[in-house]
This record gives sequence, structure tokens and C-alpha cells, in this order.
Amino acid sequence: MAEVNKQAIQDYATRLGDDAVVIGHRVSEWCSKGPFLEEDLALQNVALDFIGRARMFYSYAAELANDGRKEDDFAYMRDHREYQNLLLMELPRGDFAYTMVRQLLVDVFNLYYLEQLQQSSDETLSAIAGKAIKETRYHLRRSSEWVLRLGLGTEESKKRAQTALDDLWGFTHEMFDLDALEQQLADAGIGVDNTSLQAAWTTQVKSILEEATLIPPEDEWKVKGGREGYHTEFLGQMLNEMQCVHRANPGLEW
Amino acid sequence: MSAENLQLFEIFLRSKRGLDHKHVGSLHAEDHEQALEYARDVYTRRSEGVSIWVVRSDDICASQEDDSESFYDPSNDKPYRLATYYQLPDEVNNM
Repeated sequence: MAEVNKQAIQDYATRLGDDAVVIGHRVSEWCSKGPFLEEDLALQNVALDFIGRARMFYSYAAELANDGRKEDDFAYMRDHREYQNLLLMELPRGDFAYTMVRQLLVDVFNLYYLEQLQQSSDETLSAIAGKAIKETRYHLRRSSEWVLRLGLGTEESKKRAQTALDDLWGFTHEMFDLDALEQQLADAGIGVDNTSLQAAWTTQVKSILEEATLIPPEDEWKVKGGREGYHTEFLGQMLNEMQCVHRANPGLEW
Repeated sequence: MSAENLQLFEIFLRSKRGLDHKHVGSLHAEDHEQALEYARDVYTRRSEGVSIWVVRSDDICASQEDDSESFYDPSNDKPYRLATYYQLPDEVNNM
């Protein structure tokens, strides 16, 4: 096994925290705006799962950093250029179909990703994955059923789901990229080799889409950059809102 | 999307093994599957249950307030239906 320094694992945990906090915040934006009470609550459960996941990853990063920073510093005191989440996570929540189609694409990915991360030789990462995968199985049950409902629902719901799919598809390729950090950790048996997940992801997503009578888009365009800190204009705006209270009152407790 | 097309379901939770399912409330959902998931999200967030039953509210046949007289009053003047009505012989210490 190759030697991996703590900094690499810290960076890896941080970006996994970024993925979770960003998608969690996007889902949380539905709070009080859900289509009906029950779905509103269900969405917030999902959002809280992701935010809880972010806390675990950030806490681990903070522990490895050992420089006095805490989980909150990772979430609230870093700018968008320092965030390394996948672009798919940061796109605005859109309409309900857009949110649910994105959740499906993310949930299937997380399912395979976390299965692999559970095998990590790093005990903390493996333990976080073990906890998170149970949540993800439930998230996927919800998102896949919703995509079926939307696809097989009305003309309008189908149109919205297909539009969302067409808008999101180009952002999914980034999930299966591997940069130098990820390659190094995958080689060391600590991180996940994302490239190995694409075939299973594609098969499962396409089978759900087929059942929902939605058409998987062609791979015509790809966007990436999140892992390098190059984001869409939307992340800065989102972080601005997410971080403003903490930045105005650093360290405030209530 | 609105709650107009949704059905009402009654939710029953078993709080732990060995106990009965108890009625905890109701919610809206499209079908039984979704009702089960919403019940999980709405009623078990704080580990309140280990098993959930959902029943369409329409499928519950309930007694009516108007029936009270004919249903329950006739029992009130038949105290011999209660065990406490009977004097126990002294030989029976506990029952």
C-alpha cells in the first residue's frame, strides 16, 4: 500500500463534506415550500441526513487538520473557490421535478460510492460510509419512486422531469472523474475509484428512466471543475446565504 | 401539485417488539407505499417505532356518536357482567 499523508485524507474528507453540505442545503431550500406538508417534512429529513453527513466528514477533516478549526469553520469560513463539491450538487433546486431527478442521479451514485467507501482501510471513512449508506438506500427509494410518478404522471409532470434530466445529464460525468488526489487515495485503498462506478450507475439509472418512460439524454456535453474549485455562479450565491449568519457573528452560540 | 388528489391514511405504530400497534395520527399520500414512507418521515423521526401499519381512512368503519345510546347504555344497568359484582368466597384469596 502506498504511503498517504494525513493532508490528503483531510482534503478528501473535506470535499466529501462539501458535496454533502451543498446538496443538503439545496434540499433544505424546500423547507415550507414543499408541494404538501408530508413531502415537505420528508424532504427536510433528507436534507438533514446530508447535513449530518457533512458534519461527520468535516469533523474528521478538522480532527486530521488539528489546527484548532472545527466543523463549522469548514462549512462557514471557506469561499466558493475553496469548495470542491461536484457541480451537480450546487445547481439551484429548480422545480420539484428538477430536485427529484437530481436526487435520483445523486442517490444512485452515492449508493455505489458508499458501498466502496465502506471498504476503505481508513476506519473513520468506512464508519461514516456505513452510516450514510442506510440513509442513501432510503433516499433512493424515495427519489426513484418520485421519478416514476413524475414520468408516468401527467403530460406536464413528464415534460418537467424530462427537461430536468436533459439539463442535468451533462453534469453527471464529473461524478466519475478521478483527479490526482482521488487516484492516490484509491491506489492506497482509502478512497474510491469513481471511474469503476460509472457502468453500474448508468445501468441502474437508465433502467429507472426506462420504467418512467423518460429518455436518457445523449452524452453531448460535459461540464466539470468543482473538484478544482471552479464553480457555477450559483455556488457563491448559495454560500453567501448559507454563511452570512456565521460570518456576521463568528463563534456565536445559541 | 396539491393535496387534492391525495388520499388520507391512518397510521399505526408499534413502539417496540411485543407491544400493540397504536394509532398515532393520519397523513396524506398517493398510495400505501408512499403513505408508509411518509409515516416513517412524519412519525418515527425520534425513534418512536419499530413497525408501521398504514390503513386507508376510507377503509375504517367507525361507530358514530349517534349510536352511543343504543351501543353502550344497555350495558350500564347490567352490573353482573362485571367481575367486581360478585362476592368472592373467603377461600379465594386472590383473583
